[in-house]
Amino acid sequence: MFSRVYAIIIKEILAIWRDKKSRAVLIIPPLIQLFVFAFAATLDVKNVSIAILNRDMGKASFELIQRFKGAPTFNHVRYLEGVNEIAPTIDQQQAVMVIHIDEQFSRNLYAGKEATLQLILDGRKSNSAQIVQGYALTLIDQFSRDFAHEQGFPVQPTMLIGRNWYNPNLLYYWFNVPNLCGVLTMLVCLIVTALSVARERELGTFDQLLVSPVQPFEILLGKTIPAIIISLIEGTIIIVAAIFFFQIPFTGSLLLLYLSLFVFICSIVGVGLFLSALCKTQQQAILGSFVFMSPAILLSGYATPIENMPPWLQTVDLINPLRYFLVIVKGIFLKDMPAHLVFANTWPMALIAAFTLTGANWFFRRKLE
Amino acid sequence: MTDKGGLRRVKALIIKEFFQIIRDPSSILISILLPLVLLFLYGFGVSLDLNHLRLGLVLEENTVDAVSFAESLSNSPFFEVRRGSDRRELEDLILAGKIRGIVVVPSYFSAFKKRQDNIAPIQVIADGSEPNTAAFVQNYVLGAWGKWLLQEKINQNLRGLPLVSVQPRFWYNEELVSRNFLVPGSLAIIMTLIGTLLTALVVAREWERGTMEALMATPVRIYELLIGKLIPYFLLGMFSMTMCVMVAVFIYSVPLRGSFWLLGLVSSAFLFTATLLGLLISTLSRNQFVAAQASIVTGFLPAFILSGFIFEISSMPLPIQFVTYVIPARYFVSCLQTLFLVGNVWPLVLSNTMYILTFGLILLVITAYNTVKRLD
Repeated sequence: MFSRVYAIIIKEILAIWRDKKSRAVLIIPPLIQLFVFAFAATLDVKNVSIAILNRDMGKASFELIQRFKGAPTFNHVRYLEGVNEIAPTIDQQQAVMVIHIDEQFSRNLYAGKEATLQLILDGRKSNSAQIVQGYALTLIDQFSRDFAHEQGFPVQPTMLIGRNWYNPNLLYYWFNVPNLCGVLTMLVCLIVTALSVARERELGTFDQLLVSPVQPFEILLGKTIPAIIISLIEGTIIIVAAIFFFQIPFTGSLLLLYLSLFVFICSIVGVGLFLSALCKTQQQAILGSFVFMSPAILLSGYATPIENMPPWLQTVDLINPLRYFLVIVKGIFLKDMPAHLVFANTWPMALIAAFTLTGANWFFRRKLE
Repeated sequence: MTDKGGLRRVKALIIKEFFQIIRDPSSILISILLPLVLLFLYGFGVSLDLNHLRLGLVLEENTVDAVSFAESLSNSPFFEVRRGSDRRELEDLILAGKIRGIVVVPSYFSAFKKRQDNIAPIQVIADGSEPNTAAFVQNYVLGAWGKWLLQEKINQNLRGLPLVSVQPRFWYNEELVSRNFLVPGSLAIIMTLIGTLLTALVVAREWERGTMEALMATPVRIYELLIGKLIPYFLLGMFSMTMCVMVAVFIYSVPLRGSFWLLGLVSSAFLFTATLLGLLISTLSRNQFVAAQASIVTGFLPAFILSGFIFEISSMPLPIQFVTYVIPARYFVSCLQTLFLVGNVWPLVLSNTMYILTFGLILLVITAYNTVKRLD
């Protein structure tokens, strides 16, 4: 039995490697996606355009504006002439935020009274607008403290000190690249398995396999193992790129990462073989993988946090293997995640793998007999 | 041949194409089921609204000040606060991703607060492995702290108040619901899928099967053939678009503040471009597998990542920012978000529509040129 499975494995790997097109599909798109996604798919807020309407003639407002101009986040500052310019500036997306300083600003400040400041933000982009607002509030708070200090006014007695663990400067690609390790490995793994049987069916070589002395279970094994090997290689390439090219800190255990990667890949291979057994043509297999992949990625916590979803959808999402692996891969890269937490996220994937692989096996037998 | 003959031929082609669409389950799947599934995912699954930010809270002292601050955090609707007796106890939770941050009020908080020469610190630790959530943890705690200060000011005439009071206003999306801009933006992705992927797959199949060459042997002219392919998929796309707008407005209650007809106009410009991209891909590849890959790489992925729909274009590296200028979806997303949330901002909508149409015309010329060559 072993020699027969071995022969199928060799045949599978050669079939994928010899075909120029499928070889290219395995190597080039994932690498391009890794590099483009890592830098482009960012919720970072940088190079923000803001506009300032300053109706105050005093020194204080001038100093505040200088601080905004000096802040690295805001690199385009426009000056408005009147209140009637605010609406068009926001409407036409020329600025995300307009700072409106009124006539009394400096006078109130020097008198030790409260001065008001209006921030108008573009709600069309509520996420970046809120982050821009956060930057502005911190800057204004600092200004207000320094001003009070200079003028000898009593200083506010409390202060917030913000720290970010695991990623002190909140670099978005530190989050992105480990996540992509999961997403892209899944993509490759799914395409390899989903297309492998569909292609044989289309070419008619599947019937040849059936008349050979191999058992259905051996065919399944022969399809599973190459997919696991190829996906592990793909994952390794991305991990190496993450550590050496992107210089993402790797704080955890490599062994634990590979263990969970293996379980994760098994669960995806099961899904791929399932699709494979259902689809008659390659086109159906492509569409099928797309239909599985879109929700799996969108609901994995990669695009947006899982806790933002409605509770019932979070329950449905428990069957999504990618969500568990993303917790592990980020944890091992950035947080030095201890073994018990890794296992807490690995066993659900093992359960999913057991389910999808037996399911695929059952489907296969039914199709064959 | 008269114009009348041309019209008749185009009509015949359109009817043929319509039958093909109706009879093929995969085109129904892509044009009706897939948009609904995607709209569902973008409406419910993808959300940037952190309504229940899970926070850990450590009070190292039990003074009046510390307790009143803790209460203002716990009472805030934005947080789900979990108390811990010391930082180490909560560390496991932050490691597991069960909480997104820890707020620590140190043991010397009230002592420092009473003294003139020291500032009493409150530490906010956020889980940086999720940078966007971490920024929100910091912002929301800052907001809650500001409210607490104001409360303190009313309760006891506190020394040294914040001198500048800031009044933020979020225009067009006052409640800050991310669905309000994600759902309109996702329409651009769905339109790209229908216009580009569906057209590319179907026409590539025609090349694969050789029926395209059969068509070319008939007296049909090249531009008639193009029109005959464009119109049915264009209409199918507009049908999908109308369906999606209905779902967005009536089910997701996204406001539609601009004109419905202007939205229709902009969408037809975009769909025209997307369909032409699909035609061009299929003409060049003539193979379903390559056509599917190419339309995902040139249509779907750029519409998703480089259009500014979720990810801010200004935060991308400069070379990638330049690339976004040639992505029609970028202009469409900006129009969609504006028409839904702001209203008819004519200068923005018109200039963006001009860009989209320009791409469409360029694609039209390239497609026509390539199809003519194949006839030789």
